[in-house]
Amino acid sequence: MAQDHREQRNGAERLPLRVNGDDVEVEAAPMSVLADVLRDELGLTGTKLGCRAGDCGSCTVLVDGVAITSCLMPVAQAAGRDVTTIEGLETDGELHPVQQAFSDHNASQCGYCIPGFIVAAAETVANGEVLDREQVVQSLSGNLCRCTGYESIVDAIVDACGHGTDREVAS
Amino acid sequence: MTTTTCGPSSTAATGSAPAVTGSAPAVTGSAPVAPPGTRERTQRRVRDGLGTSADRPDGTPKVTGAFAFSSDLHDQRMLWGRTLRSPHAHARIVSIDTSAAAAMPGVVAVLLAEDVPGKATFGLEHTDQPVLARDVVRYEGEAVAIVAAEHPETALRAIRAIEVTYEPLPLLTDPAEAATTDPIHPDGNVFRTLPLRHGDVDATGDVVVEGTYEVGMQDQAFLGPESALALPSDDGGVELFISTQWLHVDRDQVAACLALPADQVHLTLGGVGGAFGAREDVSLQVHVCLLALATGRPVKMLYSRAESFLGHVHRHPARMRYRHHARRDGTLVKVEAEILLDGGAYASSSTAVLANAVCFAAGPYRVEAARIDGQVVRTNNPPCGAMRGFGVVQVCFAHEAQMDRLAAALDMDPVELRLHNALKPGDAIITGQRLTGTAPVREVIEAAMAHPLPPDPREDEPAIALPGGAGLTARREDVRRGTGIAVSIKNLMYSEGFDDYSTARVRLETSPDGEPFATVHSACAEVGQGFVTLAQQITRTALGIERVVLHAADTGVGSAGSTSASRQTWMSGGAVQLACDTVHHGLLERARGVLGVPDEPLVLEPGRVVDPATGAEVAIAQLLRAGPLEATEEHHHAPTSTLDADGQGDAHVSFAFAAHRATVDVDPDLGLVRVLQIATGQDVGRALNPRAVIGQIEGGIAQGVGLAVMEEILVEDGLVRNPSFTDYLIPTALDMPSVAATLIEQPEPGAPFGAKGVGEPPTISSTPAVVAAIRDATGKALTRVPVRAQDIAFGEAGAIPPTAGSTSAG
Ligand code: FES
Ligand code: FES
Repeated sequence: MAQDHREQRNGAERLPLRVNGDDVEVEAAPMSVLADVLRDELGLTGTKLGCRAGDCGSCTVLVDGVAITSCLMPVAQAAGRDVTTIEGLETDGELHPVQQAFSDHNASQCGYCIPGFIVAAAETVANGEVLDREQVVQSLSGNLCRCTGYESIVDAIVDACGHGTDREVAS
Repeated sequence: MTTTTCGPSSTAATGSAPAVTGSAPAVTGSAPVAPPGTRERTQRRVRDGLGTSADRPDGTPKVTGAFAFSSDLHDQRMLWGRTLRSPHAHARIVSIDTSAAAAMPGVVAVLLAEDVPGKATFGLEHTDQPVLARDVVRYEGEAVAIVAAEHPETALRAIRAIEVTYEPLPLLTDPAEAATTDPIHPDGNVFRTLPLRHGDVDATGDVVVEGTYEVGMQDQAFLGPESALALPSDDGGVELFISTQWLHVDRDQVAACLALPADQVHLTLGGVGGAFGAREDVSLQVHVCLLALATGRPVKMLYSRAESFLGHVHRHPARMRYRHHARRDGTLVKVEAEILLDGGAYASSSTAVLANAVCFAAGPYRVEAARIDGQVVRTNNPPCGAMRGFGVVQVCFAHEAQMDRLAAALDMDPVELRLHNALKPGDAIITGQRLTGTAPVREVIEAAMAHPLPPDPREDEPAIALPGGAGLTARREDVRRGTGIAVSIKNLMYSEGFDDYSTARVRLETSPDGEPFATVHSACAEVGQGFVTLAQQITRTALGIERVVLHAADTGVGSAGSTSASRQTWMSGGAVQLACDTVHHGLLERARGVLGVPDEPLVLEPGRVVDPATGAEVAIAQLLRAGPLEATEEHHHAPTSTLDADGQGDAHVSFAFAAHRATVDVDPDLGLVRVLQIATGQDVGRALNPRAVIGQIEGGIAQGVGLAVMEEILVEDGLVRNPSFTDYLIPTALDMPSVAATLIEQPEPGAPFGAKGVGEPPTISSTPAVVAAIRDATGKALTRVPVRAQDIAFGEAGAIPPTAGSTSAG
């Protein structure tokens, strides 16, 4: 009974993708969602799935520099476009400034939501937007975190946007 | 924005500074189990030791995406498992036809109840839940069949191809009818009845206030759905990578259901995407192992969000009737309460949840007498079990609403009323247990009230700051502001005579570069709370070295107990400390030999052991040339007793207290709420990692705010109506209030390092504080959480006390 699961797929096609700067070809049904292809075909599991419905933002990736929820995007729609995942943000082993800020602020608890927040914030930073705290909070309405209460995440992004944070924790 | 104050200084505002540690950041100066040489180490501290906001060891992998959650695990040969669930809340299974599913290409196994080789049921305290339903299903979502297939979509199609004929049975969905309705399970419909009688139960007060309160069903809503990878092992057993809160209790249940000896079931913690109580019970553990053994191949299972809502236990919905008696001066005379919890279809941890609800029914107050009757029952609603706050959340909502009613009846400031009755060390709670440890109830209240209130609304504030946010429906001139206070008591660790323990193994050796490093092996489930950081901090401080490696959490070492009940810092932190102590003594022993001072009291400093008498020293690295030092220790907390027939007894180990003051803006006509600020004082014993403590406080408050104003699983005729994040709303960044926190540090006697667990209290009293603030703004009674728009717009008016704090501190 066992056989390659690809034979199961209705209308699997070979599709060209550009992911984190690399040209790859994946075999997938055109309506498979980008998140599944990234995770299961390309092993890029840094992109998380929290809801598969566009509600939580865990699956956020950049497509041509724009943050989208990859659980909703058919892979065919990403074909030929530039996809950046959390794994593609580091350059030469150096953390992206947003990753560094999240690390500096110990913004992760369980960490499941974190790649989505970082990718979303990376778009903001790449656009050169310098947001104050209120604007950062508003920019995050599409991402859910259940652990942190968002405070440390907001601090990290405010920091990455070039503002210091006014929060202090005595130790 | 969070403002944070640590230590005792914040209480100075009220002129009643409690007995706290000195302000010097002594690392282990007051640790009851600190090893010898403690005082010296406070001068020469190792980097990132106890008391510092050390970084998480998993911090970098969590920001690069490299951290592997259990849902990220993969094996070349793996199959995908999937569960068929009951669409009915109560039905007889007439027949199951799996032939079409089994014949589908790519389907490798289809298993039913009769394929479970061992025990047919599982459960945390009572094994009453079938691994797979055989004759009857008792809740929507109960597992009926499982399949393994080559591709997840094939697995999905296969479960849809299984034909089950159900005959619906009468529904039991009203918990009030459970005790008198025909049993829906062979074990009956009542999980536990717990009466409590304390003092003169016939006493009456000058002033009596009554109320009836309800708490809806809250979901833990962790972000990473249930997932696991099971691999058959060569010895006929199974290897399971799983996100859970308690590896060993999972292992024991899996082994029993698989009819395997425990040593053939090996569990390793996969990365956990949040827990909050929902991963304490078995969900897919047995299923995925069954499929792996049946197919002889690795099997991965991963719940969808909807399946996650159906596949784990929730917070118990509660109905509570309260009557408080007090004297004219506000002194509480008696608290009476009837508490009914809906446990849903299976027992889970219902009996322990009820014990908490009953024991803490009167809150953190001195009460001369109490008459409490608690019951938790079985229904055809979704099963309920552990969630952060564990039974105390429900009663805290009620007793705090009662305290405000009482304040109104007495025309007394609600803060004054609470301070007047606040428990202090030496007082007894209503179980008769005396508080032998710290009890800074007054201090947490005063600290919460001492924080400045949020600024008045600005005319130029963006509309999004109004209640309702981006909907732009509230008008500035309609918005009213309110504040409210609530206070809580929570037990730490397990109660009622349970001999709880944690195990840890510590090994100290030198790496090839000659540097000493320690390896900590603990089965403690890191679910995001930061135990991994703490284990490193403890080891660094105890052994005077910087490099500490964490062995994967697995069942290759003894149990660490559950990551719940705010217990891991105390229990597993204590176990790590004990193991370090033993290694430390071994080091000193070797040092005496090397230095030739058999009887001298030597001192461990960062990197070396010193003879204070002569100044002679020897490097730790040198002492390890004789080989590694290793110790495995178990840490048990002080014993507790059971509750007697009157609910009396020393059933709890320790208690933590918190106070929350909420400030809200409300549009009373539209029923829209914006929670602006939560100010809190929390009793933490010692803050071992202040930043991690603050993280727990902020995250816990978010969940408390969620229960106050938005989170509820809607169940109609036993069916869940909103199993998605589209319809079950949790707070977003826009919903999160600013948090102003003061940590009250009074080291707890008997606690490792004097530290109390901090995870649960923020969730408990933040909910009633928010509701009190909404009452203050609207004048509505609001006896149910979550508060819905219609409750504000059309709800009954209630008795409103003077605004919290109007006549006292703050
Ligand atoms: S998984 Fe895509 S938004 Fe939740
Ligand atoms: S850190 Fe756990 S969901 Fe955000």
